[in-house]
Amino acid sequence: MWLKDSSIGRKLVMSISGLGLVFFLLFHGCMNLALVFSEEAYNWICSVLGANWYALVATLGLGALVLIHFLYAIYLTIQNRMARGKDRYAVTAKREGVEWESENMLVLGFVVIGFIVLHLANFWFKMQFTEIMHMCGAEDFAVATFGTVYAPTDGAGMVKALFTTPIWGQVYCVLYLVWLTALWFHLRHGVWSALHTMGFNNLVWMKRVKVISAVVATLVAGLFAIVVLYYLGYGIGMLCV
Amino acid sequence: MDNYIDIKVRVWRQAGPKAEGHFETYELKHIFQGASFLEMIDILNEQLISEHKDPIAFDHDCREGICGMCSMYVNGHPHGPDSAITTCQLHMRKFKDGETITIEPWRSRAFPVIKDLMVDREAYDKIMQAGGFVSVNTGGVPDANAIPIPKAHADEAMDAASCIGCGACAAACKNGSAMLFVSAKVSQLALLPQGKVEAAARAKAMVAKMDELGFGNCTNTGACAAECPKQVSLANIARLNREFLCAKLKD
Amino acid sequence: MATKKATAQVITPEMAKIPAGPLEKKWTNYKDHQKLVNPANKRRLDVIVVGTGLAGASAAASLAEMGFNVLNFCIQDSPRRAHSIAAQGGINAAKNYQNDGDSVYRLFYDTIKGGDYRAREANVYRLAEVSNSIIDQCVAQGVPFAREYGGLLDNRSFGGAQVSRTFYAKGQTGQQLLLGAYSALSRQIGKGKVKMYNRHEMLDVVMIKDENGENRARGIIARNLVTGRIERYFGHAVVVATGGYGNAFFLSTNAMASNGSAAMQMYRHGAYFANPCYAQIHPTCIPKHGDFQSKLTLMSESLRNDGRIWVPKKLEDAQRLQRGEIKGKDIPEEDRDYYLERRYPAFGNLVPRDVASRAAKERCDKGYGVNNTGLAVFLDFSDAIQRLGKDVVEQKYGNLFQMYEKIVDENPYEEPMMIFPAIHYTMGGIWVDYELQTSVKGLFCIGEANFSDHGANRLGASALMQGLADGYFVLPYTIQNYLSDQIGVPRMSTDLPEFAEAEKGITEKIEKLMAIQGKRSVDSIHKELGLVMWDFVGMGRTAESLKTAVEKIDAIKKEFWSNVYIPGEANSLNNELEKALRLADFIEIGRLMAVDALNREESCGGHFREEYQTPEGEAMRQDDKFSYVACWKYTGEDSEPELIKEPLDYEFTERKTRNYKS
Repeated sequence: MWLKDSSIGRKLVMSISGLGLVFFLLFHGCMNLALVFSEEAYNWICSVLGANWYALVATLGLGALVLIHFLYAIYLTIQNRMARGKDRYAVTAKREGVEWESENMLVLGFVVIGFIVLHLANFWFKMQFTEIMHMCGAEDFAVATFGTVYAPTDGAGMVKALFTTPIWGQVYCVLYLVWLTALWFHLRHGVWSALHTMGFNNLVWMKRVKVISAVVATLVAGLFAIVVLYYLGYGIGMLCV
Repeated sequence: MDNYIDIKVRVWRQAGPKAEGHFETYELKHIFQGASFLEMIDILNEQLISEHKDPIAFDHDCREGICGMCSMYVNGHPHGPDSAITTCQLHMRKFKDGETITIEPWRSRAFPVIKDLMVDREAYDKIMQAGGFVSVNTGGVPDANAIPIPKAHADEAMDAASCIGCGACAAACKNGSAMLFVSAKVSQLALLPQGKVEAAARAKAMVAKMDELGFGNCTNTGACAAECPKQVSLANIARLNREFLCAKLKD
Repeated sequence: MATKKATAQVITPEMAKIPAGPLEKKWTNYKDHQKLVNPANKRRLDVIVVGTGLAGASAAASLAEMGFNVLNFCIQDSPRRAHSIAAQGGINAAKNYQNDGDSVYRLFYDTIKGGDYRAREANVYRLAEVSNSIIDQCVAQGVPFAREYGGLLDNRSFGGAQVSRTFYAKGQTGQQLLLGAYSALSRQIGKGKVKMYNRHEMLDVVMIKDENGENRARGIIARNLVTGRIERYFGHAVVVATGGYGNAFFLSTNAMASNGSAAMQMYRHGAYFANPCYAQIHPTCIPKHGDFQSKLTLMSESLRNDGRIWVPKKLEDAQRLQRGEIKGKDIPEEDRDYYLERRYPAFGNLVPRDVASRAAKERCDKGYGVNNTGLAVFLDFSDAIQRLGKDVVEQKYGNLFQMYEKIVDENPYEEPMMIFPAIHYTMGGIWVDYELQTSVKGLFCIGEANFSDHGANRLGASALMQGLADGYFVLPYTIQNYLSDQIGVPRMSTDLPEFAEAEKGITEKIEKLMAIQGKRSVDSIHKELGLVMWDFVGMGRTAESLKTAVEKIDAIKKEFWSNVYIPGEANSLNNELEKALRLADFIEIGRLMAVDALNREESCGGHFREEYQTPEGEAMRQDDKFSYVACWKYTGEDSEPELIKEPLDYEFTERKTRNYKS
C-alpha cells in the first residue's frame, strides 16, 4: 500500500489528517466564539453536539484522525532519525530561511497533544463522555469543576468556572495561551507543509502559500485565544472587584 | 581586504567505513584569506605529510563549483558558512583570525563514510538509474526545433537541472531526505515535452528507489534549499509530490 | 630493420583510413561500406570504455544501446563528475537557425582555419557534419538549452566565427550536456548493459597477441581507489576517453584529478602521441593570486560577446594600478587601450583564443598589466551594462559573475573583471585514424584525449561538439568495423599470463614509488614541473627555452624518482599515491611537449615560437616544412622518441595566413 510504503504516500496521510484536524479546529473555534456573545447559544450548540449519533460518529472520526496523525508522526520521525545515520553532527547551525517550527514539529505536536489531554479532561470528559456514561446506565456519573458539578450540556458554565475561578482560573488561561502558541507554530508550518506535500505549490505561490498558512494558523489560534482572553479579562475584573 | 590569519581546524578523522571516528585538531598559521577552503586543506595536508602523518582524505575535483565532488560540513553547514557555493568556492575570508573551524563529513545513512571526510554517494547514481532519464536511444530523434518549448518552462527546467548532485541537500536535512535532488531531476524532465511522456513512471520509480535506499521522509523544513549550492528551489519538491500523487491516483 | 623504420616514418591517408571521394561524401561513403556486427554477436562482445566525460559517457551509453556489453570506468565517485561538466559557454553546430549564413562547410572551414591548418580535413568535415545531430540528440534527452520567447533554440557567438552557432544552457552548457549523456548512461547501467566502475583508475592496457602474432588491446589493469586493490578487466576492444593532459602545468583550468596517464600507458604500448606541443591557453581566466593556489578558474569565452578587453594606454596608469593606488574605473575612456579591437578590427574581442592570449601576454610583457603581479588585463562590462541593462547582463552571465565575485571578492558589475591566460585544453593527444583507432589494434581513443579535430588551436564551443560527436555518432559506428572481425574471439580469462604480467608491472612500479620515502611531497614536485612548463614551454617558446625545459624536466624526473615521499599504504585508499602515479606520467608528457615544440620550428595556433613571428607579432607558419602531424613513437624508457609524420595535404581548402583583422 503506497500510503504506507512510500515516503510521499506517508506524508500525504500526514497532510490530509492534519488538514482535517485544522478544519475541525476552525469549526470548534467558531463555535467557541458564541460564548462571548451568548451563553445560551453556546449551550444550545453543546446540546446539539451531545451524545447524538452524528456527534458520536464525528467524534470517532476525529479520534481516528488524531490517532493516525500521531502514529504517522512517530513512524516518520523514527524513520527520519534512522536516515540520519548513527553519527550525528557535532556542530549544527541556524540556516537562513529555515523556520524553527519546521524542524520541531514533533515537539510542538507533543505539546499540543499534551494539552489536548488536559482539555479533554477539562471539558469533553464532563460533557459528551458523561452523557455517554449516562446512556450506558451510569446515572450518577459526574465530574466537578472546582467543586461544582455542571450539567453535561452546560458548557458555558464549565468554561466560565474553569477560566474565571480566582487564581486557578488565571493559571488555566495562561496554560491555554501557551498551548495556543504552540498550536500556532505547529499550524504555521503544518498547513504550508500539507499543501506543499499535496503538490499545491510552485515558484510563484511559494510565498503566498506561506502567508495562507500563517493566516490559517492565526485564525485558528486567534478564535480560541479570544475566548480565553475574554475570560481572563473577566476573571481579573472579578478579582479586582 | 584579505589578510593572513591563524586558525585551528577540528577535523573528523575516520580510518575506514567500519572504524570509529573522532575529531582531531590542527593548528594552521599564516593562512591567506584569499585562499580557497580546499587550498587551506591542501596546506594542512602538506603540513601533515611533512610530519609523516596521514593526510586528510577528502573528495574534490573541478574546484570551480560544478562537479559536485567536494562535500564538507563546515561549522554546521554543508559547504560552509557562505551561500550558493560549494566547499571549493568557500574562501578563507569568511573566517576570522583565531577561529576554530569544525569540519565533518556528510552524515546520512545513505552516504556512508569511506574515509575521513570522504563519503559514498552512489545512492544518488542509483536513483538516477531508476528513472532519471528520457528513454531515447542515440540517433533517430526529431529536429531540435521540432517542438517549441515556452521560454519560461525551459528556464525553469534549466534552474532545476543545475543540481550538481553533491548531496548537500540530504546532508543538511534533519530527516536525511533526498527529495530536493530527486525533485530537481523529476521537475526538469516533467517541464519539458521530451520528458513529459514518461513523467509519471519516472516519478514513481525514482521515489521508490529513494525510499528503498534509506533516505528519510521530507517534512518541508527547507534546509535543503537553504544550503543548496545551486539554489535549487523547494518548489520542485511540490512538483515532484504532484507528479507522484497524480501518477499514483491514476493507477 | 632500417628499411622498415624508413617506411614507417610517414603515415599515408590510406594508413589513416581516410575514405576516398569528395569531402562531403566521405563519411556517408564510410558508413555505407563499413562492416557491422549483428545484434546476436553484439551481446557476445565486451567493450571497455575508460572515462565518463562527454566522449566516454556518450560512447558507453550508445554502445550499450546497440547491444554491446560495456564496462565503464571513472576515477571520480560518480560518472557525472567528469570535467566536461565544467565547460561553460556552449556547443557549436551548423544548424543555421539564425539564418546568418552558417553551413556545414562554414563550420568545417572555421574549425580548420581556427586550428591554423594543422588538422585533418576529413575528420573536421565529419565533425561539422554530425554537429547538427548532437543538438537534436541532446534536446531529445531533455537538455534545457536556452530558448527564445518563441520557444525555439537561442544561439550566441563565440571566438573565431562570424555567425551565431553556439547553443548554450546558461553558463553551464558542459554540465547540461554531460548530465544528458550521464542520464543515457544511467539508463543503460540500470538495464545492466553497462557495468559501471566508479573510483577506479586505469593503470595499464593489456595487450594480447592474436593468431598472426599481432598485438591487440584486450583489457586494462585498474586500481580500485577505495581499497587500493589492483584489478584486471577484459574487453574485446578498449576505448580511452580520459581527456587532456593540461595538468602537466600544475595550474590549469582542468580538474584536480584530470591526468594524462592513460595516454602515456597507450603511448608505451605503441600508440603514437600526436602533436603534444599543441596546448591551448585560454585568455579569460581569473589571475593567479598566490603560491598555495591549486587551480585556475576559467571565465567563459562567451563573456567576450559583451565584455571589452583593455589595459591602460599610459604606462604610469598601469603602474598605479599595480601599486593599488587606483582602480580600473578611475581611468577615463580616452586613456584605455582596447587592444584587441585596435589590432583586429574585424573580429575585435572575439578573436580565437590563441590570438587573444598572446595579445594579453604582449601587453603584460610591456608592463601594462593591471593587478599587483602585473599579470592581468581588464574584461569590462560597463558598456554592456549601459547598453543592455544590468538585468540582461545578469541573466546572461549571472552565474559567472557570481563565481568571479566569490573568488576575487570584487563586484564585476561595478569593477571591471581582471583576467589572464591559463592552460585550458590540449589539442594534441593520442594519434588516431579516421576510425578513431590508435596505432594499436583494438585500442580506440576519443574526445580530448585524441589529437584529431582541432589542429593547432581549438575554437570555443568545439570541445563539447567533438566529445559528443566521437561518443554518440562516430565511434559507435567505426568500432564495429573492428569488432566485426572479433566475433569469433571468446571472452578471455583475466588469469592469462599477459594480464598477470601487466599487473606485475604495475605492482612493481607502485612498490618502487612507495619505497622511495624521500623528503618531497608529490605536489611540491608537481608545482616545480608546472613552473618549468609555464616559463619555458608556455605561451612564448624559443629553441633555447625548450632545451632548457628538457634539461630541467630531466632533473625533476630524477628528483621525483629519488626524493618523493608518499605516506600510507599502497593497498588502501591513498590519494598521494594516486597523485604520484599521475605525476610520474606528467613529467614524461611535459618532456614530450618540449621535444615536440622544439621540433616544430614554426608558430601555429597554440604553439608560438618567438623566432617565427611577423613584424606585427602574429604567428608565422612554415607550411613547406611543418604541414604534418608530428607523431611520437615510444622507443623505451630512456631513449628519445621516434618522429613519424602524417603529412597534411589540403585538398579541399586553400591554406591562408589566418587573418582576423579584416
